[in-house]
Formats: sequence, structure tokens, C-alpha cells
Amino acid sequence: MTGAGHQRDEAATQAAARDVAGRQRRLSVLAKAPAKDLLARWKETGLDPSVELLRGPESGLVALQGRIGGGGQPFHVGEVSATRVTVRIGSGAVGHAMISGRDARKAQLVAVIDALAQDAEHAETIERTIVAPLEKGLAEADAKLREETAATRVNFFTMVRGED
Amino acid sequence: MYVAVKGGEAAIANAHRLLASRRRGEADVPGLTLAQIAGQLSLAVDRVMGEGSLYDPELAALAIKQARGDLIEAVFLLRAYRTTLPRFGHSEPVDTGAMLVERRISAVYKDLPGGQLLGPTFDYTHRLLDPALAGDAPLDAPETAADTGEKVIRVSDILGDEGLIEDDPATDVSRPVADITRTPMEFPMERDARLQTLARGDEGFLLALAYSTQRGYARSHPFAGEIRIGEVDVEVMIPELGFAVVIGRVKLTECQMVNQFKGSSKAPPQFTRGYGLVFGQAERKAMAMSLCDRALRASELGEDITAPAQDEEFVLSHCDNVQSTGFVEHLKLPHYVDFQAELDLVRRMRAEYFAKAAARDDDAASDDAKEAAE
Repeated sequence: MTGAGHQRDEAATQAAARDVAGRQRRLSVLAKAPAKDLLARWKETGLDPSVELLRGPESGLVALQGRIGGGGQPFHVGEVSATRVTVRIGSGAVGHAMISGRDARKAQLVAVIDALAQDAEHAETIERTIVAPLEKGLAEADAKLREETAATRVNFFTMVRGED
Repeated sequence: MYVAVKGGEAAIANAHRLLASRRRGEADVPGLTLAQIAGQLSLAVDRVMGEGSLYDPELAALAIKQARGDLIEAVFLLRAYRTTLPRFGHSEPVDTGAMLVERRISAVYKDLPGGQLLGPTFDYTHRLLDPALAGDAPLDAPETAADTGEKVIRVSDILGDEGLIEDDPATDVSRPVADITRTPMEFPMERDARLQTLARGDEGFLLALAYSTQRGYARSHPFAGEIRIGEVDVEVMIPELGFAVVIGRVKLTECQMVNQFKGSSKAPPQFTRGYGLVFGQAERKAMAMSLCDRALRASELGEDITAPAQDEEFVLSHCDNVQSTGFVEHLKLPHYVDFQAELDLVRRMRAEYFAKAAARDDDAASDDAKEAAE
């Protein structure tokens, strides 16, 4: 393999890894976002592709695993309700979604956004209008919870017994 | 043998209609919404999700409403519902070290990274009924303080260094993870299957057993090493995508119980650990689970099995309240044929008993007569 070809391959691999990381982050943010916020953001984009359902929306269960002692061998804690759906949009792009809970409408919207975002033309709009603001909203909610929790931080003093 | 009955359709239909009316209560009082139950009776919802072994606050709230607040009935409803759904797969093991912590306390270390965070706790309340709660007075918003950004490190990760406390069991990725919902229980059970059973076990049953270990039945010298409550991301591998995505978050309570252990032929003196991990905010349950987990490790650690809490078949076969209630409550179903058969049997046994007694009396009487004659 020539040096130039090797470099091209490496660049392609890096680009693919970036795409995967981007899609992973996008799907994770969309899944965690409250449905009403997601819907409000979606309406703002004005996007309206034709959608064909390839699979689902389907309700089911995901077995939740923890680790023994927190860091050891996995075990099953219980199950979490989940909904999954696969769509194809007008452009032919296929989108997948799996979210916890039973909101089929939200799951379908996530899959549609996943499909649309594979088109570079829409990816930027989706990032700017939907993903980034939702991610910010989630971070703010977490920060609020951390601040409320921080106010309950306690310093215990060990009392010295007056025995002498 | 149980013999089925038939008939009574109209009475049953009417009873269920009556139930619906009683469940609703006075018609001029507004009906409860699921959001009210999930939001204001959230610890009941957490308990139903944990023992129902299904994380879905809205469904658990519905189950509580349908069960008129009977939590074991609600657990039963949730378990029945889960059997109707397909299993998509399993999550990646959750990382409780990365939890968005809402409460974290340690009874063994006063000053630890991340601090002692009381969070929304009943601890240090006076347990006096608050008449103000009968109304709906506006509340002050929670106080806030700057977040230090300090990582809330798990106590087990701090203590691990010196070998004074046992490490987490080595991970063998090739070993399949036990699943009691797929494979019938078989004893002895591995710790993963035991923990799955305990995680959905009845809080009251596990609490009583945990208490028994403190009172001397398999004493394990426990300290609450750490209790943490908060949300973790649930990551699931999506085959179509070829990578894992976060599908949402769940709230969990984790308890690391640390137990003094004098050593045995199998293990040196050290602090051993019992582990509890439960859906939602369920501190009492997580603590009870960790005490029971530790007690059930008796044979692994070379301890004598002397107490009920150490007997895994006893503990694990009886901790499931859906199974327990099914068998206990089936007794109220019609057993007419059963009982008639037993009635007949007892009649015959009594007849034999009295016949024998009469024969004995006759013998005794004739003996007396003989003695008198002599």
C-alpha cells in the first residue's frame, strides 16, 4: 500500500469514527430529552420528510444489568420498558431509535431525525436547532439537581467524650 | 387435588363493577391522576417498580391506582404486564460510579471525596405528623449551593487499596449472566442469580431477615459503607447500528455494606462486602438486600450456616411476594370438592378412633370386672 493510500484510509477511518461518535451522541441526547421539548424543537426546524415505517414502533423490555459490588461481574437488576422503531425517509436514508419508556411518537421522531441527520445538508440544522439546545437543557437540569444536592452537604463532627 | 368450579359469572361481574366503584371512592372528590401518583407517591411507585422488576414509573403508578394502593397487588399487575412484552436485549452494565448523585452518605468515612450529601431524606426528621400537609400550601424552592464539581467516588473504590477490604469479584466476560426470568431457580445459586432474586424480593421479608442478622442470627458486623441514590444512563447495544446508545436514564439506589470478617480457611481477615442495587429511591430495601447478600455468601467465605438468613433455598424461594401471595391467597378459592373429600376422610378416621376407644373401654371394664371377681 502506498503512503498516500494509507493516509487516505486513515483519514476515512477517522471520519467514520467521528460519524459514529456523532450519531451515538445525537441518539443519546434525543433519547434522554423530554418528549415535549423534542417535539417543540422539531417543529422549529420546519422539516417534514415522508416517512415509511420499516419496523415498529414496538414496545418491549431491556434487561438492565448492574455489577456485583459496583465493579464486578454483571447481574440483572430488573427490566426497563423500551420502544424501538426503524424508518425510511423520502431520501432513502434509514433511521433507528430505541428509547426507554413507551412513547411511540417520540421514538418515531428520534428515528426520523436520525435518518435526516445522515444527510449533511440537514445534519447542521438538526445539530443547531434540536440536539445542541436539548443537550444544554439536560445539562442545566443536571446542574440544578447538583446545586440542590450540594446545599444538603453535611460536615459531621466526631464529638470528643468528656471522660477525663 | 384441586377441582375447578364453574358458574357465578353474574356475581363475579357485579363484584368487579362494585370494586371499580369502591376504587373510585366518593364521586365528588377528584380522581387521582397518574402524574399525581408518580410525582407525589414516588416511593410507592419505586417500590412497585423494584419488586415488579420493571422500570416504568407511569405503569407502576397505573398499577397502584388499579390496585387501590395495595402495593403487592400492584407488583403482581406489573409482573403480569411484563410477560406480554418481547425482550429486546440487555443493557451494558450500568456505571454507578458515574451516577448523577442525589444522595450519598457513608457511615464509615466522615470526610470522603464528593462529601456526605443528605439529599431528600427522612433521616433527622422528627417523625411528627405535619397537619400543614393536609392542605396544599406553597413551598419554598429548595436551597442551592455551588457544585464543587468534585467526583463522588464510590467508597469501595477508596477502601480497595490496602487489601483490607475485598475487591469486586473478578469479571469473567465469557460467563453468561444468570437470568431467573429465563432459567428456573436451581440451588446452589451463583451470586448474580441471587442478587437478581433479591433485587425483586419483598422489602418486608428481606428487611426482617436483615434485622435477624443484626440480632445475632448469622451476625455479620455490618457498617453502611455507602448508600447512593441517583440516575444513571442506560446504554444498549443496537445491532443495526453496531454501537451502543443511551436509551434513557433510570434512578437507582446502591448500598455497599462493609462487614468485619475474622477470616476462615477460605479467606483472610478483612472487611467483606454485601451489595444492594434497587430501582428508584429505596434505601431500606437496598440496605436489607446488601445484608441478605452478605449472609448468603456464607459458604463462599467458609462460614458455618446456622441461621435462616444464610439458607439460600429458604431465603430465595420465599422472598418473591408474587409467588408468596399466589400460593397463600389461592387458599381462598373454592376448594369444595377437596374439602368434601377430606370431610369424608376425617369422618371415617373419627369413627375408627371412637370405635377403638370404645373397644378399649370395654376391655378395661371387663378387666375391672375380673379383678373385682378375684
